[in-house]
Amino acid sequence: MSLERFISQAISPWMKSGPDPDGDIVISTRIRLARNLEHYPFPIIASEESSQTLLHYVSRELAQRKYDSIGALELIKMDDLSPNEKRMLVEKHLISPYLADKSKHGAVLLNENESVSIMINEEDHIRLQCLFRGFQLSEGLVLSNGLDDWIEEKVTYAFDEYRGYLTSCPTNVGTGMRASVMMHLPALVMTKQLNRILPAINQLGLVVRGIYGEGSETLGNLFQISNQMTLGKSEEDMVEDLRGVVMQLIQQERAAREKLLRASRIQMEDKVYRSFGILANSRVMDSKEAAKRLSDVRLGIDMDLIQGVSGNILNELMILTQPGFLQQYAESTLAPNERDIRRAALIRERLMLENE
Amino acid sequence: MLCEECQKRQATLHFTKIINGQKNEMHLCEECAKDKGETFPNWNSYSIQDLLSGLLHFEQPKNGVRSSSKAPTPLVCNNCGLSYDRFTEIGKFGCSECYRTFSTKLDPIFRRVHGGNTRHAGKIPRREGGKIEVKRKIEELRTQLRRHVESEEFEEAARLRDEIRHLEFNMQDGEGE
Repeated sequence: MSLERFISQAISPWMKSGPDPDGDIVISTRIRLARNLEHYPFPIIASEESSQTLLHYVSRELAQRKYDSIGALELIKMDDLSPNEKRMLVEKHLISPYLADKSKHGAVLLNENESVSIMINEEDHIRLQCLFRGFQLSEGLVLSNGLDDWIEEKVTYAFDEYRGYLTSCPTNVGTGMRASVMMHLPALVMTKQLNRILPAINQLGLVVRGIYGEGSETLGNLFQISNQMTLGKSEEDMVEDLRGVVMQLIQQERAAREKLLRASRIQMEDKVYRSFGILANSRVMDSKEAAKRLSDVRLGIDMDLIQGVSGNILNELMILTQPGFLQQYAESTLAPNERDIRRAALIRERLMLENE
Repeated sequence: MLCEECQKRQATLHFTKIINGQKNEMHLCEECAKDKGETFPNWNSYSIQDLLSGLLHFEQPKNGVRSSSKAPTPLVCNNCGLSYDRFTEIGKFGCSECYRTFSTKLDPIFRRVHGGNTRHAGKIPRREGGKIEVKRKIEELRTQLRRHVESEEFEEAARLRDEIRHLEFNMQDGEGE
């Protein structure tokens, strides 16, 4: 069954190869488009039958079809998945928690390298997302635009000349586009500069969110920067605004890293190697600590302080050590303390393999 | 303090509403507050939805609190059955027709959510696109035309007028097909 392919590997194929511009700081780029069909009630109020009809209609038009370079799309229905399988797809960012737990007749279309995911019956009828490695906003915009045109050849979108693409939530109306860039910013956090920069970014109509972690507490120094407004500007302009801010953050992060190296090289080496040592040797590790240590080691690799370990393994471990994947490997449900033991073992194993 | 509404029970809920800079204070007992539809958001699960629906509610009262319960005929979407009141509660539209049904109330909401913008300026679907692009072009030309007339550049204005006529003619032609 094709589903196995999507959950057997923690890291999606698109993350492993291909161009990786500014990959030392930008982890990935994502463009998401929210689209709906005319007349059909939106999923949040739609009846079972209506949702089912819509799923049937959209999947018939799109499943197994090929678009350009992305290959054929495989349909996976939420109703066919176990709770843990859904959780793993969420941990890989291929589906949203909403689609996994709350949708009626929810489904997702995935291409082979998992760079394209089209959710059906999420908050909107169609949620299209394209994922890219590193900093690739223009590429993302071109692909999502093309895919959008391709879908529109088959279904009629709810569109209004004045309001644009009509979405279930007023925060998405207009372009329906959310462009986001995931960044690893440990040096800006360490030097406490990020707290000064964030308010300025918010004023530009962009949002910064910590990834992995609740509320204001961020884990692993990973941040997602995205556009907040979807109305009143063209997609290109929105992406340009975002690009400008991301470029500045890249510069600032690089400068902060250099400064840290110049001012306290040995302390930096100590910090990253200490974290490496802990990851390579501990027997119990919670997700919080794992995220922190993995971030340190990733910084060490990107600053050339640690050699012989690939940056990829850390992206992979970030996902592998989440509850869904841990449970899949254990082939049973795990209590949190059991997870911490499994997590430590898995990290040790992976780092050992890599170091051989 | 006694409840302003019933003047019998103790006022336990104190509201301060600031709407467009106008401050309104109310002191009510729980029962009367419920009758008036004034409840506190559930702080335990305060979500973006609550925040949003708060923003939507915010729009309605013209003069502080809605005191009369004799609201005009409730606005309900013909296509999906969602009422405007329900829309403000859940903060979500029920279908694409809702946008048309509630259209007169939407500008202030969008303005608040989208930094003052109410009008789409991005992509247009290809299939429907042709017509809309021509309309946009005509609008743009009309604005130019006005400018030229104002500055008494009649030759250029006449050229624009012909171009607009031509575009309009083509568009009607297209519709007839």
